[in-house]
Amino acid sequence: MNAKRIRVLVGKPGLDGHDRGAKIVARALAEAGIEVIYTGLHQTPDQIVEAALQEDVAGVGLSILSGAHETIFGRVRELLDEQGLEDTVLFGGGIIPPEDVPALEAAGVDRVFGPGTPTDEIVAYVRERMG
Amino acid sequence: MTEKPSHQVSFEEARDAWRASFEASRRIDADFGTISGLPLEPVYAPEADPDGAYMARLGFPGQFPYTRGIHASMYRGRLWTMRQFAGFGTAVETNERYKFLLANGQTGLSVAFDFPTLMGYDGDHARSLGEVGRCGVAVHSLADMETLFDGIPVGEVSTSMTINGPAAVLFAFYVAAADNQGVSREKLRGTIQNDILKEYHAQNSWIFPPEPSMRLVIDTFEFASQEVPQWYPISISGYHIREAGSTAAQELAFTLADGFAYVQAGIERGLDVDSFAPRLSFFFNAHLDFFEELAKYRAARRIWARRMRDHFGAKNPKSQMCRFHVQTAGCSLTAQEPYNNVVRTALEGLAAVLGGTQSLHTNSLDESYALPTEDAVRIALRTQQIMACEHGVAGVADPLGGSYFVEALTDRMEEEAERYFQRIEDLGGMFKAIEDGFFRREIAAAAAKFQRDVDSGKRKVVGVNCYQGGAETPIELLRVDPAVEKAQCKRLSELRRKRNNAGTTAALDDLRAAAEGEENLMPRLLDCAHAYATLGEICDVLREVFGVYTVRDRISA
Repeated sequence: MNAKRIRVLVGKPGLDGHDRGAKIVARALAEAGIEVIYTGLHQTPDQIVEAALQEDVAGVGLSILSGAHETIFGRVRELLDEQGLEDTVLFGGGIIPPEDVPALEAAGVDRVFGPGTPTDEIVAYVRERMG
Repeated sequence: MTEKPSHQVSFEEARDAWRASFEASRRIDADFGTISGLPLEPVYAPEADPDGAYMARLGFPGQFPYTRGIHASMYRGRLWTMRQFAGFGTAVETNERYKFLLANGQTGLSVAFDFPTLMGYDGDHARSLGEVGRCGVAVHSLADMETLFDGIPVGEVSTSMTINGPAAVLFAFYVAAADNQGVSREKLRGTIQNDILKEYHAQNSWIFPPEPSMRLVIDTFEFASQEVPQWYPISISGYHIREAGSTAAQELAFTLADGFAYVQAGIERGLDVDSFAPRLSFFFNAHLDFFEELAKYRAARRIWARRMRDHFGAKNPKSQMCRFHVQTAGCSLTAQEPYNNVVRTALEGLAAVLGGTQSLHTNSLDESYALPTEDAVRIALRTQQIMACEHGVAGVADPLGGSYFVEALTDRMEEEAERYFQRIEDLGGMFKAIEDGFFRREIAAAAAKFQRDVDSGKRKVVGVNCYQGGAETPIELLRVDPAVEKAQCKRLSELRRKRNNAGTTAALDDLRAAAEGEENLMPRLLDCAHAYATLGEICDVLREVFGVYTVRDRISA
């Protein structure tokens, strides 16, 4: 192992308790040798950004199924930038209408994965974008 | 009704008793013959039962152990209730949707709350940011509940409310709304989900730790049995366990184990099991595997009946009946080629009907993207109506009973569930197993396996990992107006300004004192509701007294 292990944070922001996807993705990334910090449930944007800062991660992946994606992704990006973490890649997925994706991307979300995405695709993305 | 335990009743006696119950029951006005005009019996059974196996495992519909259904006449007496779960925006928008659904022939209402409501926060709490009215309706006070049912006579509809952590509070809001509509509490029909145990296992909308949460659940049992006798104070739910990724056997086992825990807690409170058990209800998933699903429902009825009679000593047959609602599997819907979801949902719903469900929600085709539009909901409701009216599936009770395959699978589901009951017992019972993280680990492992199988192509998903590339017809999606959050915050601030704040504070203080003691909290919660205390204010008082619950999941490669 000469390459530094990639570190990413997988988070469940907001009040949404649907954590199946977040845990599946976290586990798939971990199985691929990526170091994963899973925040657990019901995290505020502040808690997530604080954890990203502490853990010095290359990326933050958020899973949102509650419809609050515009508010939460936007707020997390803002806080990351405020903390000087402009280079930290923000990505995510969940129940997100396709027409909301351009606005999320404009707000600094690097990539949004929809339902049915193979986990390999997410692993490949993390390796390429954060490796 | 016979006095003898059913296993001592002869096959012939049971058949005659079933016939008598069937003849005596009301029947809907419909022709149950085949399309070619052949007459159909209301149930089919063997001619005789020489070794007693039929009576031991199946019996007739409406008879112990209820494997073949809880009513003698099943859908010839009453079709399943078509109940579409709905809610978004403020109470004003959802009130309109309910009126639309009732006008389209829906027979019961089902309230989806937004996340702030589910978690016991007001819409203007910092944690509610972005979540108000998004995935359900915002009901943060009695005033919102009154708006939600404005123009809908609560004495005439049955209302199901999917609410758990703060279920007792929302129940109080509903009863208070009925009080204010001048409808007597005895007339109210409906259900609160109120199944906190599965929140710890799978669904994650908890507020308080398990023990005080259980106290609130039993408070609602006691209150409902005394004051709101037609109400189902709990819907013990496997749905969310399954959506979180469990297998069918885990869904069956964990749900029934939760049921046993509630019954045990009721008995420990000093309640007579037959005073509350007839009002317990269940809620299962209808997933993709057609036969496994319907075997699961049949096994659930048999396990519950036996446990209630033989272990808990329930004498009232209604206490022994596992009555349930089914929703098709949200997690089986695909974002790719979404119209295919109509087909998945129809087949899942069919399994529920052939499995003898009491009510059904069919998912809409667009739900892997957003809450459903009215058009998508109409197709979902029509799917049930087509099944009921056109396909001839309602005329014969338990039509697959007696199939070698289905009986073997039903037995197998029962065995798998019994094995899990033993494991839970070995861990020291329900609360210890929760503390241990047993349920969460089991479910997460099953979810990971399912995903691996989809990723590897071992499990086929049409349009996702096979038969891909069909034209992607764009679909219309429901938009929740972002102005909803502001509107809800305004409703709350107006409420706080207009109400008698001294009265509200006094009611909240009384609640705190009661929560510190041991009395049933429902009367205090009703006082708070009538004093227009908000959901957040009420839950804050309870948080102070009961504490809050957190869980830490570990991710392992």
